[in-house]
Amino acid sequence: MAEEKFDVIVVGAGPSGNACAYTLATRGLKVLQLERGEYPGSKNVQGAILYANALEQLIPDFREDAPLERHIIEQRIWMMDDRSYCGAHYRSEDFNEEKPNRYTIIRAPFDKWFSRKVAAAGALVICETTVTELVRDSSDKVIGVRTDRDDSIIYADVVVLAEGVSGLVGTRAGLRSIPKPDTVALAVKEMHFMPQETIAARFNLQGDEGVVIETAGTITKGMTGTGFIYTNKECLSTGIGCLISDFTETAQTPHGLLEAFKAHPAVKPLLAGSEVKEYAAHMIPEGGYKAIPQLFGNGWLIVGDAGQFVNAVHREGSNLAMTTGRIAAETIFDLKTNNQPMSAANLAMYKARLDDSFVMKDLKKYKNLPQTLENKHLFTTYPKLLSNAAQTYFRVDGQDKKSKENAIVKSFFTTRRVKGLLGDVLGMARAWR
Amino acid sequence: MSEELAVRVEDKLYQNRYLVDAGRPHITVTPHTVPSHRLLALTRICPAGCYAKTDTGQVEITTDGCVECGTCRVVAEPYGEITWNYPRGGFGVLFKFG
Repeated sequence: MAEEKFDVIVVGAGPSGNACAYTLATRGLKVLQLERGEYPGSKNVQGAILYANALEQLIPDFREDAPLERHIIEQRIWMMDDRSYCGAHYRSEDFNEEKPNRYTIIRAPFDKWFSRKVAAAGALVICETTVTELVRDSSDKVIGVRTDRDDSIIYADVVVLAEGVSGLVGTRAGLRSIPKPDTVALAVKEMHFMPQETIAARFNLQGDEGVVIETAGTITKGMTGTGFIYTNKECLSTGIGCLISDFTETAQTPHGLLEAFKAHPAVKPLLAGSEVKEYAAHMIPEGGYKAIPQLFGNGWLIVGDAGQFVNAVHREGSNLAMTTGRIAAETIFDLKTNNQPMSAANLAMYKARLDDSFVMKDLKKYKNLPQTLENKHLFTTYPKLLSNAAQTYFRVDGQDKKSKENAIVKSFFTTRRVKGLLGDVLGMARAWR
Repeated sequence: MSEELAVRVEDKLYQNRYLVDAGRPHITVTPHTVPSHRLLALTRICPAGCYAKTDTGQVEITTDGCVECGTCRVVAEPYGEITWNYPRGGFGVLFKFG
């Protein structure tokens, strides 16, 4: 291996690295992909929802053999206080379509499948190998990597860093900084196993239909964060995450938060009798557009979570990872085809193409949202107000409806005052538009 | 605190698979006499409970149960209070599901 030179080295075998290596290999480039885990997926953690479109552009017939769990026919969004939830549900028979749009997946088997496709396309995939540093020449161009296998340098025209949110290589090389605690969330998750029939009965499902629940409210004890429950074939992915900066300032533990979420009266019956088979934790980039680092340079590119490519509002991440990986590969292929060097000036095309895609357009749209979501009233005051309002409205107790409505309106104004309410509404509207 | 909330993180980690690189911890705490508020916070927010306070008041780490999330790195590495490396290739947590 020491003597070989590759067209491209891809660091990491998650969705972005796999999308990149696959695209390059199918176009005939000589690709080396290095993964530190025992197998692709062994270090990777996600909820997880797969958005078909991003994968379809790479592997149109992926549904034939990819390990998919359930196609999602119902989305539930819950605002929770300690004893209640107030929610919006959307379920449609239209989601039972020939080529469903969203699936739940389990990352380890999914990533293994994706990696097999990468290898079959002709890339050399080597696991159990940690990249320790980038190697540069005298002009500061990245010309290869060193690994923990031996001291030798593996050379390539360009190195793609698909090393994930906590990636060390890029930060060590000074290409990007370590994420700030207020731009990343820490999420913990458990896999709760139960018979398929139980999941079908509890969630009103048939066959491979699935439900996802996204929640916010007092479950995060005043911190900015969300909880989730995703139905897989035979288990429920159940987790909760909050900004790390918030965790450092409270007395909460992540696993304590998860236990409290599981014990919530609306969640407990869904998990009853389940067997937990794994506990995982992972960081999620939440900083959005403003947290995106420099994405390209002399001989290098950054794709996926390492580039903070997560749309926190729509809970999209792996699709942005795959799309950035693909666009990086297409850029490299075009340069290679035209015998252009992998210089910063030429690789800038990657960023330009991203700017033109939904990736940057969406992240830009919500560029002010991370700051807005630091408004703690969204996670404390409003869930309680909503719950009280709903309860006042639905209880039949001899009080006339007009007085009930007045009481509800008054509760909002006395709790947040006119100025507070206006500020919250305007802040959210401005961040959303 | 109800009974459910008293579940120990060690019991959760018991479900996981690890290949421990004995004698080669991938994270170390910089020697100190009085721990910073960040190191103290890690004894609480490390999701695998790897950080603990010793009898003499310092913060120490046992990396065997580490799930490699990187939270402690984000919190403490920029201040030089810990060193953080990946485990050697193949070692560390091995997620079956992820």
